[in-house]
Amino acid sequence: MANTRVLSLNNLSKRFGSVVANDAVSIELHRGEVLALLGENGAGKTTLMNMLFGHYMPDSGSIDVADERGDMHPLTLGHPQAALDAGIGMVHQHFTLAENLTVLDSILLGSESLWSWRHKRKAAREKVGRIMVRTGLVAPLDEQVGKLTVGERQRVEILKALYHDARILVLDEPTAVLTPQEADALFENIGAMTKDGLSVIFISHKLREVLAFSHRIAVLRHGQLVGEIATSDADERVIARMMVGADTPATPRDAMEPGAPVLELRAATVKGDSARTSLHAADLTIHAHEIVGIAGVSGNGQSVLARMVSGLASPDSGEMWVSGDRINRFTPPVLQKAGVGRIPEDRHHDGVIGAMSVAENLVIERLSDSDVQKRGFLLHKSIRRHAEELCKEYDVRGPGIDADARLLSGGNIQKLILARVFECMPDLILANQPTRGLDLGAAAEVSRRLLEARSRGAAVLLISEDLDEVLALSDRIIVIHDGQLHEAHSKDREAIGLMMAGEHA
Amino acid sequence: MDILQILISDSFWAAALRIATPLIFGVLGALICERSGVLNLGIEGIFAAGAMAGWMAVWLGAGLWGGLLVAAMVGGFFGLIHAILTVPLGLSQHVSGLGVTMLATSVSYFTYRTALPQVSSPPKIEPFQPLDIPVLSELPFIGPVLFQQTAMTWLALFMVALVWWVLNRTPLGLAIRAVGDNPDAVDAQGLSVYGLRIGAIVAGSALMALGGAFLTMSAFDSFFFGMVNGRGWICIALVIFASWRPGKALLGALLFGAFDAFQVRLQTEVGAFVPSQVFLMAPYVLSIFALVIVARRAEYPGALLKPWFKGQR
Repeated sequence: MANTRVLSLNNLSKRFGSVVANDAVSIELHRGEVLALLGENGAGKTTLMNMLFGHYMPDSGSIDVADERGDMHPLTLGHPQAALDAGIGMVHQHFTLAENLTVLDSILLGSESLWSWRHKRKAAREKVGRIMVRTGLVAPLDEQVGKLTVGERQRVEILKALYHDARILVLDEPTAVLTPQEADALFENIGAMTKDGLSVIFISHKLREVLAFSHRIAVLRHGQLVGEIATSDADERVIARMMVGADTPATPRDAMEPGAPVLELRAATVKGDSARTSLHAADLTIHAHEIVGIAGVSGNGQSVLARMVSGLASPDSGEMWVSGDRINRFTPPVLQKAGVGRIPEDRHHDGVIGAMSVAENLVIERLSDSDVQKRGFLLHKSIRRHAEELCKEYDVRGPGIDADARLLSGGNIQKLILARVFECMPDLILANQPTRGLDLGAAAEVSRRLLEARSRGAAVLLISEDLDEVLALSDRIIVIHDGQLHEAHSKDREAIGLMMAGEHA
Repeated sequence: MDILQILISDSFWAAALRIATPLIFGVLGALICERSGVLNLGIEGIFAAGAMAGWMAVWLGAGLWGGLLVAAMVGGFFGLIHAILTVPLGLSQHVSGLGVTMLATSVSYFTYRTALPQVSSPPKIEPFQPLDIPVLSELPFIGPVLFQQTAMTWLALFMVALVWWVLNRTPLGLAIRAVGDNPDAVDAQGLSVYGLRIGAIVAGSALMALGGAFLTMSAFDSFFFGMVNGRGWICIALVIFASWRPGKALLGALLFGAFDAFQVRLQTEVGAFVPSQVFLMAPYVLSIFALVIVARRAEYPGALLKPWFKGQR
């Protein structure tokens, strides 16, 4: 590692209303170094990087960036253009690519004076070609961005930054959407780039890749820098303790004998326009006392599987049985009556009605029950009492049970949904990305509730893009790829990763 | 048969191109606005304002090209109102656009009435004359169709090429295409989303106003109320028909022009048996059918109608 400083963040602070997102954070970055920025959701990692890139104006603090010769200059804050000119490139978690442009045009965007009469496409193509050769990052230059896979889009974003002569590259959760193999390849490319003198900051909350690929780790908690450590001195326990401030107890799980089959899919096929919306002859059985994890890269048919099991899509052929009954009509109420409890993927959009109160959201799936209504009139007293009990039991915190559900934080919305689902004692629980976006504490609570349901005899269908979560919770693991299900015969990370990429032994 | 005779007559095709000319300006203008992500329903009113402003400038003594410049500037001004309301303020593009249409139409009529309070027959100006290009205009068929049009028709055709070049061959066009699909992409490259969108709306509105000016300065020689008569709305439909591409926009405008020219001629043939309203309706009905066939596959600019605010990601 070289010891020349290329970037220094000095006492950066940023508040949003009463929330302190960053509190006097100071970080340095050196030439050729890979710095991992680690922290729970809401710890302030993305805010910090958005200040570096000029998307947010810091309330106080300053940033110094080295020029080509290594002299430090203060950066004009609040202007992305200034950050770009200083050689900072950022790859956002949500890509900033226009889908109607070709790859080459996407890379060209913003690199030329607006008022020139024609593009210098030929020269650009040559320069991008040289970068591709040097770094190993390859993307089809004449394809439309809208037709690329997520991994390819990410490469386009990185190529774009390098085309703009970035010397400091910021990657916000770069591997969230990649298979383990794609992620490893990405870090290999990054390794090649740092040899050329590029410095990299990557944001992550995956301990494994942080330990494997970074030189130094900086940990943020509640907006403060709580520690910096050389990766060679770190292990998972040390970092986890820095992130949450205490050791997290591993979720205890007892061995259990599977019971009777609860969910059975027999050659269930849903035809869609693409792999994203199709399911091909899926066979799947989940027993009582069993958690089956569906692992896969997003967009391989997970959502259509979830939609079918929750009654939002009907199979074109094949059968689905729940607790011994064949499902003939696929509507959400039918499946709910059959004993399916749903934790939806997009909890804000599909899980709650934001403009209705917490209490109302808690009874919304059983409006005809006698403690909710009488002769078509809602029993407000009973609904509120019920809400108070559930919020206490499930630790739903927020402005109160009469407040709109949209005012709750993501973690508390998820707890609300858990309360609503688990209260009905469903035989089958469909948990679609149940911990996505939650901090470690809330995620541990979700895991605990799922294991509890398993103990009482429920069957759980767990769909998750977080392989670590699937590995930790599941009794059996099924890999989904291009709408097809394949059972994984062991809990071997490497083997499952290959299956996620479409390779089968 | 008679219908076939209509289709091969040079006067029919000349009329089709003439009728298409204001639509070409209008569709290109609407296309530029929508490519940047903003629907501009002010078009109908901007047509009226362009027609009125261009005519009045000439009537007050300006040259024809000076009149066009005035029309474009007035159109750009109403575009600027729409742009400020919809881009930095992020208001509903439908409501703002309809408001601009009503405002621009009313202001035009008001100005006309105030300047000419007591005229019964509208005063005339000397409009653009057909260019009589030697040799070329003598050519059979092509001569009358192409080379006896006014300079404004040529300007419209030139604009098709210009807009195509700018959108597809220049960094500015690339930025406009990107801002209409994903403003975050543009912002991340340090370009101004607001600047690009406001600029595109002003430029597009100026083009729309030229379409209006064609009515008073080339097709006719005076201004009268209700003369725009839905041409702006037709352009909004034609943009979708054109899939937001300048070449197809020309095609769509010509198709509509041909329908319209055809119905006028058909009327004289069989007008005795069929009510005239049916013929007047025909181009619109055919446009709707054409739209149904084409627009079902339409790929809208990704960020069309979606306001974007700086700092909200």
